[in-house]
Amino acid sequence: MALNVNGQSHEVDAPVGRTLAETVREDLGLTGTKIACAEGHCGACTVLLDGVPVYSCITLLHMVGERKVTTIEGLRDHPLVDAFVRADALQCGFCTPGQIVSASALVESNPQPSSDEIRHAMAGNLCRCGTYPKIEEAITTWQG
Amino acid sequence: MARLIRTEKEVEGRYEEVWLVVEEDALDQWPAGPREVVGRPATRVTGPMRARGEARYTADVELPGMLYAAVLRSPHAHARVKSIDFERALAAPGVRATVGPGEAPTLTAEPGFQGQAVAAIAADTDRQARAALELVEVEWEVREPLTDPEEAVRRGQLVSEASRYERGDVDKALAQADIVVEAEYRTQTVLHNSFEPHQSVCEWRGDGLDVYISTQFIWGVRDEVASTLDLPPDKVRVICEFMGGGFGSKNGAGDHTYVAAELAKRTGRPVRCALTRREENVATGNRNSTIQRLTAAARSDGTLVALVGDYVNATGWDGWPAPTDGPMKMLYDCENVRTVLSPAKINTPPMRAFRAPGFVEGTFGLECLLDELGARLDIEPLELRRRNYAHSTDDRPFSSKNLMECYRRAEPHWQRRDEVRGRSEGPWKRGVGLASQIWYGGGGPPSYAWVRVGSDGRATVITAMQDIGTGTATAMTQIAAEELGLPLERVELVLGDSARGPYASISAGSSTTPSMGPAVRSAAADAARQIIEIAAQRYDKETRILSLKDGKIVSSEGGSWRVEEVVGLLEDAQILGKGARGPNPAGMQVLTFGVQVAEVAVDVETGEIRVERVAAIHDVGRVINPLGASSQVEGGIIQGIGHTLSEDRLLDPASGITLNQTLDAYRLPTIADVPEIVSELLDIPDEHLTNLGSKGLGEPPIVPVAAAIANAIRDATGADVRSLPISREEMLRALREAREREKGKRGAPAAV
Repeated sequence: MALNVNGQSHEVDAPVGRTLAETVREDLGLTGTKIACAEGHCGACTVLLDGVPVYSCITLLHMVGERKVTTIEGLRDHPLVDAFVRADALQCGFCTPGQIVSASALVESNPQPSSDEIRHAMAGNLCRCGTYPKIEEAITTWQG
Repeated sequence: MARLIRTEKEVEGRYEEVWLVVEEDALDQWPAGPREVVGRPATRVTGPMRARGEARYTADVELPGMLYAAVLRSPHAHARVKSIDFERALAAPGVRATVGPGEAPTLTAEPGFQGQAVAAIAADTDRQARAALELVEVEWEVREPLTDPEEAVRRGQLVSEASRYERGDVDKALAQADIVVEAEYRTQTVLHNSFEPHQSVCEWRGDGLDVYISTQFIWGVRDEVASTLDLPPDKVRVICEFMGGGFGSKNGAGDHTYVAAELAKRTGRPVRCALTRREENVATGNRNSTIQRLTAAARSDGTLVALVGDYVNATGWDGWPAPTDGPMKMLYDCENVRTVLSPAKINTPPMRAFRAPGFVEGTFGLECLLDELGARLDIEPLELRRRNYAHSTDDRPFSSKNLMECYRRAEPHWQRRDEVRGRSEGPWKRGVGLASQIWYGGGGPPSYAWVRVGSDGRATVITAMQDIGTGTATAMTQIAAEELGLPLERVELVLGDSARGPYASISAGSSTTPSMGPAVRSAAADAARQIIEIAAQRYDKETRILSLKDGKIVSSEGGSWRVEEVVGLLEDAQILGKGARGPNPAGMQVLTFGVQVAEVAVDVETGEIRVERVAAIHDVGRVINPLGASSQVEGGIIQGIGHTLSEDRLLDPASGITLNQTLDAYRLPTIADVPEIVSELLDIPDEHLTNLGSKGLGEPPIVPVAAAIANAIRDATGADVRSLPISREEMLRALREAREREKGKRGAPAAV
């Protein structure tokens, strides 16, 4: 079946039950998307479907259809990447791509979110290292 | 010159005497305060790669022909495999090999906890391997599990003998004290949940084994695997370039490594063995629960005369006795101390080190008890702690201790108390509490580094350490840049591969920076010396008038030359500097200190607790990177808030089964739980410790969090919470108890 990822069309083999996370990581080699829980609880695997953040580990490939998939590889030039580095908003970095993908959807619809809005939008992305204060700072200062 | 010394080595409070070859650590420390690069904020050298999703973690390693292993784990807390039949599993699609109990290290036919590894399967895909697990036919003899740690202590069932400590004459001091307070504290089992699950990829090449592993200790895995599999250590290559968190749970090789190595041997293919989140939460360790029966005796002026602690650690089926009694022995100047620590052996997953193991739990008990004492004597918490300030423990002086200065800096945060309490409103009561921190963090030898400078005037630090996410790679780069007089962007770091660099420290016990930093500095100094020697000959100057600064060789008599002009003479050759960590100061204790002040709001009707602000002041010697350091402090506090308020591994006591193995049921803090955090580091170099004067910071910030919050809750409500996590049930219980105590006081005769 055809799958549009980061603006490119791919033909992928899709046995029933295959997840979007497995597909982007294993079939397309886009390993920036991380899997930390594989059951939709932590947000490390977040990607965008037509701009909306979803947990790719519980998104079945067959449900994606025509929607455009954006992974961290498609957001490498987003100013949020620099903002996260500048604010030191990452430690081990395993949850970071998912955090940046979620944050990109937030600032797309709301370029200057308040602290409460950031906390609401980012509550689905866990970070065990506890980078949350710096994540909030990165999203607050992403425009430089 | 290399020297052989006999020295004491400490990791997380465990000391051993070892012979070590060290090299002279003859460099003078830099003066205190920010330098050109060291002491100034630096963003992470690996930040862009991690943020852009380019960093290759163990989870991303894919080798040609790689198979996937899945582990059959015991569904019972205590059982014996009577028979195991792989026939149907072997016939399943994609299955290439199986291993059963006894056929690989760690695989057992007599599991002592739910999740212990019993067998494993390798298949073409992860899904095939996991599907085939369902087809393994096991006949179990299910045994009665013992899950109650106190019952285990009664039966004498311990993982190691109870440790007993006594100084002074406790009974006499208790008899003569003006006041004695007693309380029982309990702490829960907490799960590490590092985001990259435990995993390894093993590949045999010739007679050697390559192990890609998410680890905190490349060299420890190398030694452990070599000795377990009876290989020469140099035949085991261990690789970990990017690592997705460990918090103490990834110090060893783990069952996954042995499973992958054996299946790789049997199939002749590389094998990945990665744990699922649920496996992660039963099979990779935990911060063990504790029961602490504590007594503090004092004179009426608050001077402690005796401390007594009876500690039970629910260690699990295996593990070591985390020093829950450590703070009681070390934090205060008290002549008479007696502790007993019993590590109970029960049918629960074994403990593993978790960010300041023992001290997090023990500090909760001790620092809550101290405030209960202070409340009875009407002495303010900072004053009570100053009156009992320790200048040494067991007659061993501290290499440096600036806790008094931490207390001084905590004063303004404590002074917010009236204003905070004044903001209490309706059912929401507000208060302020504090707690002290003591922990190790001095690191030690052996640790080695090389620094290579090429003709382009760029330097590369080479050492086979790991950066587990704490930012040590950045700190090492800063240290080398400082010593070489180069801007940070001209220094790189190669780490993460035992075949590419020299031996490096474990990343545990807050030891990476204090162990590796001095080695990196000494290697950079060796390279700098060589550059200056070449420059002296090239420009006909004496070496003593030359130094390195801003990428130049500078003469004190005027004149400067770009470093490239000198190293360019080497053409494609390079300068190689070598460095080693020197010994720790003899006869001294190297420890970290601090204090945290928490502000909380408690809804006394529902028991809801909100942490609103935490101020953290820590003394960890010289700070290399203030930006990364503030992140460590915040991360420790946030993990501490989870430990205090929400995280709790739930176990069915009858079956020994873990009930909350998933991240929806096991409640980690989210971004919405984060209070205002103020971090202050003293940044005073420890003059006795190495050529840097730096201690570690990974663990100290989590140590006092729970006690500071509990003490703030008492300040807000008058209730003594004594059990972690402080759930709504515990909060409401403590509030009820406080109300009844008040009632009792009013109803009692005035003479009492």
